[in-house]
Amino acid sequence: MGGEFDWTVIWKYREALWDGMLTSLKLFAIALAGGIFFGTLLALARLSSWKALSLPAAGFVNLIRAIPFIMAIFWFYFLTPMIVSKFTGQQGEAVGPFTSAVVAFIMVESAYYSEIIRAGIQSIPRGQPAAAYALGMTYWQSMGHIVLPQAFRNMLPVMLTQAVILFQDTSLVYVVALKDFLGAASKAGQLTGRIVELYLFVAVVFFILCFAASWGVKRLQARLAVAR
Amino acid sequence: MAMIEIRNVSKWYGAFQVLKDCTSRVEKGEVVVVCGPSGSGKSTLIKTVNGLEPFQQGEIVVNGTSVGAAKTNLPKVRAQIGMVFQNFELFPHMSITDNLTLAQVKVLGRTREAAVEKGHKLLERVGLLNQKDKYPGQLSGGQQQRVAIARALSMDPIAMLFDEPTSALDPEMINEVLDVMVELAREGMTMMVVTHEMGFARKVAHRVVFMDHGQIVEDCTKDEFFGTPRSERAQAFLSKILHH
Repeated sequence: MGGEFDWTVIWKYREALWDGMLTSLKLFAIALAGGIFFGTLLALARLSSWKALSLPAAGFVNLIRAIPFIMAIFWFYFLTPMIVSKFTGQQGEAVGPFTSAVVAFIMVESAYYSEIIRAGIQSIPRGQPAAAYALGMTYWQSMGHIVLPQAFRNMLPVMLTQAVILFQDTSLVYVVALKDFLGAASKAGQLTGRIVELYLFVAVVFFILCFAASWGVKRLQARLAVAR
Repeated sequence: MAMIEIRNVSKWYGAFQVLKDCTSRVEKGEVVVVCGPSGSGKSTLIKTVNGLEPFQQGEIVVNGTSVGAAKTNLPKVRAQIGMVFQNFELFPHMSITDNLTLAQVKVLGRTREAAVEKGHKLLERVGLLNQKDKYPGQLSGGQQQRVAIARALSMDPIAMLFDEPTSALDPEMINEVLDVMVELAREGMTMMVVTHEMGFARKVAHRVVFMDHGQIVEDCTKDEFFGTPRSERAQAFLSKILHH
């Protein structure tokens, strides 16, 4: 190291870095949407009085939450191609790091979100679904119009906090050689020998994005507190 | 044929029996008040009528449909029976108008315009049309309960169930709710009302059912009940709540 920082490398590799950021954001968005959707279904399954639903759901959530995130990503990188080839009969058809990362992220995030949403549903007084049923609504109408909207509202700050954590966790995909934002910066750093500048840049970008999001969550919390 | 027919209904929570062989009926146009000490099972009984509480033995028939039967379309039965809860249970995330129209649109398939018209007509009836755009949290308890009654009526129910509708209210708000209920009773609505308001019972009830320890110990006309109660427990309960 020459003692002097050379920040021009960031500009020079801006396209690769931007592509990496897009990959990170894409993974984040898919994992968030999938995690909330399947997390909601998992939460409903766990709260079901039907044991054939609640027990497997509880088992899945506890299993996923008990293993390190990075293990799940590794697993799916190697497992999804095997499962896919089992079903399609084609041998050795790799699904690629992005698809397997997406599968891993959705499964892990749905387990985390299901716990948040379950707590949200349980925070709604039992009289609310009872009133919906008394008006002739079905289970899904009661959930969709009465229980879940209130549960999501109560849980919004926690869900957004989890989203911030999720965004940071997208950098874990470097283990399956997926070129996300951090991966792109690493590559550029190795090529130019300016790894310190690039990692500092990555840290600053993550800090700005996540700090802004946390600040937004705080403001939202204050607004929700007034509205109630 | 009775509008609501309760035959030998028993219910257990684990080993604890909350309802013991309860039998009663509500005829069309009849107002039946269910009273008794707390923990006597009266709230549980009224919730079995629209299937909000399951029961293990006996049968409940509402307008010809058996509520407990496995093949019964419970939402369809419930849509015909209005219910008013102790804690109002308005939907706090919706405006008063939306509270009144949601089930009309989603359950009965009415158009939004027809539902709003119906809802506002009923709001006017309970004296709260000027609150139509507010949220439940902005209303007093008495106002919320009147909205809840209007919401139940918006479904054009064939019978109304009231589960201690005034128990959660401040004393000065009880009458505004009871007035609405009295008016409803005088119009000939079929009503089953769990309440401690004996004044209401005296005014409009046709029959009084008295429960204790999960059993129906009295089931008689209003005059019989207030005149010469036949059971000691009913006598003791009445003297307790009438002397203050």
